[in-house]
Amino acid sequence: MTNKYLDKHVLLRNKDIPNIRDINVYIAHGGYDALKKALTVMNPGEVTQVVKTANLRGRGGAGFPAGVKWSFIPPNVKPVYVVVNADESEPGTFKDRELMGENPHQVIEGIILCAFAVGAERAYIYGRGEFKNTFVPLKKAIDEAYNNGLLGKNIMNTDFSMDIFLHLGAGAYICGEETALLNSLEGYMGQPRSRPPFPAAEGLYAKPTVINNVETLSNVPPIILNGSDWYRRYGTERSPGIKIFSLSGHVKNPGNYELPLGAPLRYLIEELGGGTMSGLPIKGILPAGASAPMIPPEHFDVMMDYESMAEANTTLGSASFIVMDETVDMAWAAEKMVHFFKHESCGKCSPCREGNYWLEQVMHRIRSGKGTSFDIDLLTKITHQMTDNCFCPLGEFAVNPINATIKHFRSDYEKYITL
Amino acid sequence: MWSEKEQRELEKMLPQYNTKRSAVLSALYLAQQEKNWLDDDDIKAVADALDLTVTDVHSVIGFYTLFRKEPTGKYIIQFCTDLPCALRGATKFYHELAEQLGLPPEGGTTDDNMFTLEEVVCIAACNNAPCCQINLDYHENLTHEEMSNILSKLRAKSEKESTTQP
Ligand SMILES: Cc1cc2nc3c(=O)[nH]c(=O)nc-3n(C[C@H](O)[C@H](O)[C@H](O)COP(=O)(O)O)c2cc1C
Ligand code: SF4
Ligand code: FES
Repeated sequence: MTNKYLDKHVLLRNKDIPNIRDINVYIAHGGYDALKKALTVMNPGEVTQVVKTANLRGRGGAGFPAGVKWSFIPPNVKPVYVVVNADESEPGTFKDRELMGENPHQVIEGIILCAFAVGAERAYIYGRGEFKNTFVPLKKAIDEAYNNGLLGKNIMNTDFSMDIFLHLGAGAYICGEETALLNSLEGYMGQPRSRPPFPAAEGLYAKPTVINNVETLSNVPPIILNGSDWYRRYGTERSPGIKIFSLSGHVKNPGNYELPLGAPLRYLIEELGGGTMSGLPIKGILPAGASAPMIPPEHFDVMMDYESMAEANTTLGSASFIVMDETVDMAWAAEKMVHFFKHESCGKCSPCREGNYWLEQVMHRIRSGKGTSFDIDLLTKITHQMTDNCFCPLGEFAVNPINATIKHFRSDYEKYITL
Repeated sequence: MWSEKEQRELEKMLPQYNTKRSAVLSALYLAQQEKNWLDDDDIKAVADALDLTVTDVHSVIGFYTLFRKEPTGKYIIQFCTDLPCALRGATKFYHELAEQLGLPPEGGTTDDNMFTLEEVVCIAACNNAPCCQINLDYHENLTHEEMSNILSKLRAKSEKESTTQP
């Protein structure tokens, strides 16, 4: 028993099986059986269909169904690319790093299955520059896969061939946004592109491209091996399956925890996380790093699936839960997040570039005791000017920390106002 | 630095891309490897190797935080003080570290050019705060004692390198 909701790990199998990063250990535990099944008894369309029926939703944040995305790839345009999003830069998120470092073959097998399904012969794994050394075990695993005939020409002696290449970014959160990532991979500044065209039509080098998160693809081998019915036994009707939750902040046991979607937030925090280090009550919880509105105490009983989180006026996003006990000054926490977004704004559009600059200035003025009560409303005003006016979601994310903390914890701001 | 060795390594990488330009980040990493920053000659060499203009390469360098155009210490300590780490005492740890290194709270480079200390945002190790990367190697669950050990080891390594190299 891994926990009350899961008999054994499906993604973080490294927690159950020592040395699963070694290809022989991975194979001894059923590794690459899904690939064998796909290449010998399934056609590409069937692989896509199983992923679609399983309703595997993208784990990079947006929750878009992976199988549906794969089916958008036009059948007659070649070449097709698979790009793996390993940029993982949302504060509080550290699951892809563990998957690539500790269970890399499952990531690789997922990539090969995706490439087979969409007819790609090349996949790029785009990692944030800080993952230079996280890529070492991944590179080793890729080499092992080549040496075992699982990558390269005529995989498992079939006529399917493909290569995987590793590519490092160089420090820019925005490169996690898929079109900025493509620009970065093409050697340009990592600024988002306008859509349409969507990457499925014109992605990398203007060719059809599937972009998926590392964790999304790690789900694919068990789905292909065990079938969509098996997968849908976990989670809820509309949010099926297994998810990794990165837990950080004021909890006793921070870490990555695997649970079915729809498990209770309280279980994650109290049972797995051990509650707060201080034993003090929790004041607020961020569910998706800095990007989603904070969960106030009245919603601590929310279930962790896409729909329930939306009902609680927030999003599941990358499922990185940052816990803050009652000692936390929410104006301080908001200032940290404003600093993050100001630092990471790519500068392409003025509502985000200027808006984040002013948010940081005004926050700083308030927190240094030089603000007036007018400044709290000014923050709200700036966020209104940013909302729906930014070129990409980063600018929209940036208003969440401010708006949610002012809404639920206004007194944390007011205590700085003496003028 | 850009020599035949870097040129050869770059050429090995080029076939994996459709355009030379795609290799610009990899080329800049190669050029920066030796001394941790890029001077005008490095930038010109990368531009020439990839058929880009120097201005173009400058704009790429300016966009990404891991490339530098100013001299730095031999070891760059990127210490995370972002929200999840700050909740676990990272800011205090960082300030104490700056003080131990004789640096102001905003960081900088030590007089002997051994260490550059910087505050950074999340490096995906928040479960193991306090944490940092030193020349992109992770160091996690830090205590001050461990940090001192790591720094002395790096100092010793550097001294050894400078005595064995002609
Ligand atoms: C500002 C911003 C940052 C993002 N960062 C990441 C990231 O680090 N990793 C990731 O997988 N997706 C990230 N995304 C989502 C991607 O744009 C894209 O939706 C995802 O890679 C698609 O893969 P999936 O469907 O498998 O989730 C980010 C989006 C935005 C707007
Ligand atoms: S919203 Fe921000 S990050 Fe997105 S394009 Fe505009 S400036 Fe760049
Ligand atoms: S906040 Fe420090 S590593 Fe994530």
